[in-house]
Amino acid sequence: MASKKGQQFDPVANLHEIEEKFEMFQILNEEGEIVNESANPNLSDEELVELMSRMVFTRILDQRSISLNRQGRLGFYAPTAGQEASQIASHYALEKEDYILPGYRDVPQIVWHGLPLWKAFLWSRGHFVGGQVPEGVNILAPQIIIGAQYVQTAGVALGMQKRGKKAVAVTYTGDGGSSQGDFYEGINFAGAFKSPAIFIVQNNQYAISTPRELQTAASTIAQKGIAAGLPSIQVDGMDPLAVYVATRDARKRAVAGEGPSLIETICYRYGPHTMAGDDPTRYRTSDTDSKWEKKDPIVRFRKYLTEKGLWSEEKEAEVIEKAKEEIKAAIKKADEAPKQKVTDLINIMNEEMPANLKEQYEIYAQKESK
Amino acid sequence: MAQMTMIQAITDALRCELKDDENVLVFGEDVGVNGGVFRATEGLQKEFGEDRVFDTPLAESGIGGLSIGLALQGYRPVPEIQFFGFVYEVMDSISGQLARMRYRSGGSLNAPVTIRSPFGGGVHTPEMHSDSLEGLVASQPGLKVVVPSTPYDAKGLLISSIRDNDPVVFLEHLKLYRSFREEVPEESYTIPLGKADVKREGKDLSIFAYGAMVHESLKAAEALEKENYSVEVVDLRTIQPLDIETIIASVEKTGRAIVVQEAQKQAGIAANVVSEITERAILSLEAPVLRVTAPDTVYPFPQAEAVWLPNSKDIIATAKKVLEF
Repeated sequence: MASKKGQQFDPVANLHEIEEKFEMFQILNEEGEIVNESANPNLSDEELVELMSRMVFTRILDQRSISLNRQGRLGFYAPTAGQEASQIASHYALEKEDYILPGYRDVPQIVWHGLPLWKAFLWSRGHFVGGQVPEGVNILAPQIIIGAQYVQTAGVALGMQKRGKKAVAVTYTGDGGSSQGDFYEGINFAGAFKSPAIFIVQNNQYAISTPRELQTAASTIAQKGIAAGLPSIQVDGMDPLAVYVATRDARKRAVAGEGPSLIETICYRYGPHTMAGDDPTRYRTSDTDSKWEKKDPIVRFRKYLTEKGLWSEEKEAEVIEKAKEEIKAAIKKADEAPKQKVTDLINIMNEEMPANLKEQYEIYAQKESK
Repeated sequence: MAQMTMIQAITDALRCELKDDENVLVFGEDVGVNGGVFRATEGLQKEFGEDRVFDTPLAESGIGGLSIGLALQGYRPVPEIQFFGFVYEVMDSISGQLARMRYRSGGSLNAPVTIRSPFGGGVHTPEMHSDSLEGLVASQPGLKVVVPSTPYDAKGLLISSIRDNDPVVFLEHLKLYRSFREEVPEESYTIPLGKADVKREGKDLSIFAYGAMVHESLKAAEALEKENYSVEVVDLRTIQPLDIETIIASVEKTGRAIVVQEAQKQAGIAANVVSEITERAILSLEAPVLRVTAPDTVYPFPQAEAVWLPNSKDIIATAKKVLEF
């Protein structure tokens, strides 16, 4: 069928139209003011204080983890400061029966989901006890391969669906992770099976040093979900209320049988990629840093809660003190774990030890008895 | 007892396990309505429903990840990778993830996944459909790798693989799918993983082989018998972990050995077998242990595959070198 000039489908205009529709969703602005009252989740005073307390705890955990790493008392560590709203407020919208498949920066969410902190420290140190998932805690240890957790999430979600569970599988990656094939395969599988999953991309602007604009020509990462048939949203990832609402709504749809969603949270990591030698001054300016620091999730939430009469310096000091004590106790407990041995590893490789490993076990048992 | 081809025995094994264990799920590309491109899952969706036997989108890494996630929800997934030549697309899910589930979770989680996949040459496929890539997965600690050579073994080994609480890669040689029938019990039975099978007893030479090469080796053994050589043929059946006990017992009896694999010489299971023999039974050896393999090139264009693939003549020639050393 021939179309008249001017009525032809215009793919360029179509692209611009779709991209323009992805406006960043915000409820609480940088000044701590509600700018989107109709979307306000109206959390109770108690819930607001709890969410703030968790974010403050997580900021302290980050500061202590960095200093413990520098003292050689922690191993692998990926800093989280700046991402508290994206991490903690999304987690706050979840239930205990939901299953979390974290990336390596997502330790706070699994700690808040039930992984004891001392185990998280052991995981950082590379001790296998750190990866042991306690009974009834629905998490995996943090994923190292970027994107692998996305395809696994499709599987956990399909399993929950088949079991008739009213729960969701939730996974996290970063802006860089959204370039992986597994990112697309994961969202596409979950979409095709209409499984209860929430895919969260914490767009913290840099994949190690590579800036967001080099990852993709797409103007938002959220719009990538459209290609797989997922309701998708871009939210202010420094706004705990917006992140909470986006996750809460995605969860509601998922447990109602409406399938998976994609959430892009616009955020920033203040620290280096990891503590293993990354130097952000090679790829970011202090101007950029301070621009983002003004958007800080804790600063704006503090203003909001203080204004409401729910938060004070004393309250914050109390939370900080408690966090420091818990961290200290967790490190002490982690220190008590026995030294990891090669024979431990040989023991856990298979349900039944094959002959080759039996021989090798003897060799290492002897080495390690000396 | 019924006469079955290997593909029928495989379908039968899947049927037995789908029936016996409600946690068994069979899925992959075209395994549903179509019954698989080789009909390995023929009729299973109809019998067990779309919830248990289902098609996936076309993406191998997705299938691998799906399997891991389903295992975490207590299922016993049996995914099909349509051709093992496509395994590169799912290497991370297999070697980077599945094989490490116990390690990464400190032994608190396991992944009872059996990945089935056709492989092997001689049937004029397009590129990446015939390659013998078992060495890739056999070198990954945490995986078992099984390669049956007969319908009877295929059924028993597949049932054992599905029941195993650790991941298994189960490789089905394309040329063996319909090459012959044999009696296969209709009921469920298992063959232990990690156990080789002496397919033919002999006194003068041991031939170690797996997959289609077992049959080439048996042909060679028959021909050599006419020249008064008594040749033992051991089907490895599980190539990771190897059944070292059976291998060494055979070599100690015959004093001479060759190892046959369809894969390239550099891509080897055969090298592992030779190493085990030299480490453990050198004083029993009357001659060097030699290998019969494909050359170290990429799998050839179909017009060259007849020469490229090792066959009984190659095996006889190498066997004679060892026998007459």
